[in-house]
Amino acid sequence: MSFDDAYQALTDHDDDARWAYGTGFADPLAGVPTELPEGVDAADLAAYCLMLGDDALILSHRLQQWVTRAPELEDEMAIANIALDLLGQARLLLTRAGEAEGAGRGEDDLAYLREAAEFRHVRLVERQDEHFGHLIARLLVFSVWRLALLDRLSASRDPVLAAIGAKGVKEVAYHREYAAGWAVRLGDGTPLSHERMQAGLDAVWPLIGELFEPHEVEQRLPGVAIDRASLRSEFDAVIAQVLEAATLDRPTSAPSSERGHGPELAEILAEMQGLARATPGGVW
Amino acid sequence: MAPADGQVTASAAEVTPGAAGVAASAARASASAAEVAAAVTDPELPMVTLAELGILRDVRETEDGVEVTITPTYSGCPAMEAIRADLLRALRRGGFEKASVRTQLAPAWTTDWISAAGRAKLAAAGISPPGPAPRRAAGPVPLRLGLRDEPIACPRCGEPQTERLAAFGATACRELRRCPACREPFEHVKEI
Repeated sequence: MSFDDAYQALTDHDDDARWAYGTGFADPLAGVPTELPEGVDAADLAAYCLMLGDDALILSHRLQQWVTRAPELEDEMAIANIALDLLGQARLLLTRAGEAEGAGRGEDDLAYLREAAEFRHVRLVERQDEHFGHLIARLLVFSVWRLALLDRLSASRDPVLAAIGAKGVKEVAYHREYAAGWAVRLGDGTPLSHERMQAGLDAVWPLIGELFEPHEVEQRLPGVAIDRASLRSEFDAVIAQVLEAATLDRPTSAPSSERGHGPELAEILAEMQGLARATPGGVW
Repeated sequence: MAPADGQVTASAAEVTPGAAGVAASAARASASAAEVAAAVTDPELPMVTLAELGILRDVRETEDGVEVTITPTYSGCPAMEAIRADLLRALRRGGFEKASVRTQLAPAWTTDWISAAGRAKLAAAGISPPGPAPRRAAGPVPLRLGLRDEPIACPRCGEPQTERLAAFGATACRELRRCPACREPFEHVKEI
């Protein structure tokens, strides 16, 4: 039942309906039809959902590490909200991956009990931010790329991916606006803020190659997955718009299309998975 | 704890006959499942109901019980599980022991679904209701740099032009603004 105020709700004995590991609340796709589109290889669809879901999950975790460290309360709220949106996208995508896989794994199993080598995110989301300029540069590059991707995904032949895409567009448009706004403020600000923003951009730039390098899983899912090479022109146009307003230079370093994970992923997983691994299946 | 699939069946609910059962039948006589579900309020915005917010999409009474359809406002909205539990609890108290809540992702929720009554209640509580959701032309989503110039009125003094303090507020669906006339900050439900 509803309560007159939030405090009353907190003390209600059977009001435990907040999702977190161990609450027993799972399946954000409850009631959504689970059948796969015709002619689609289930293993490929599962792999693709993991690719999109892991990008959101790992970046969400990196953003959560900024909470209590942001320069102002308003940015703390923004970063936490962006992390929450991405976590929500990750939950839907990991749940869909588990359904397609058909091995009985749910979102928690996939997030908390997979080994580092099984994660499929791009290297961009994994790196540690050294300062706020790095955070903004990474968020800018990621959200420009992901918005272009989700927008195309909304026309996917898989109705669940299409719905996740259409919903995500509305969210990531706000993330992109936030990152672009800060890029302009810092880039077109003081000499120090300009230098830090440019340094952030230079640091993430080598990692963008992977964002556009055609991927074999996408190529095996025509009409369902998005060919990431097709995102390049929109990405370049939006980045150019931001860099011009921010008086920043497009980095000249050669983007690398290398894939894989570094030692930083082990640190992320140790933190993210610690509780679940210590208490497998725990509910309280 | 609810089962993972969000379904609550009569056996799980364990409604015992007796006084509660009588009350439940009385309630059932007075309110339909749709009325009970429509009266449940939002856990984060308790001044408005789920129906007024457009989160409640459908309520159906079938042989297998009541089937309620809801849609999330934002992918990460942490209130979805609370909403699901609130609906099941209200229906149980209203005499509908067998009920299930299903999630519908498409079409994606838009603030245009907030009813006129819902908007009036938000405004009365000092939360500025959303304007029309942005209409998109074909092609890429345009990036707007710089200040937004939509006239968003102050819910306290009515000043038509206010300024945005932060695009992300206390919940995913709200932003923080300030009124230059009465100098008060206020929340505004973002148009999506």
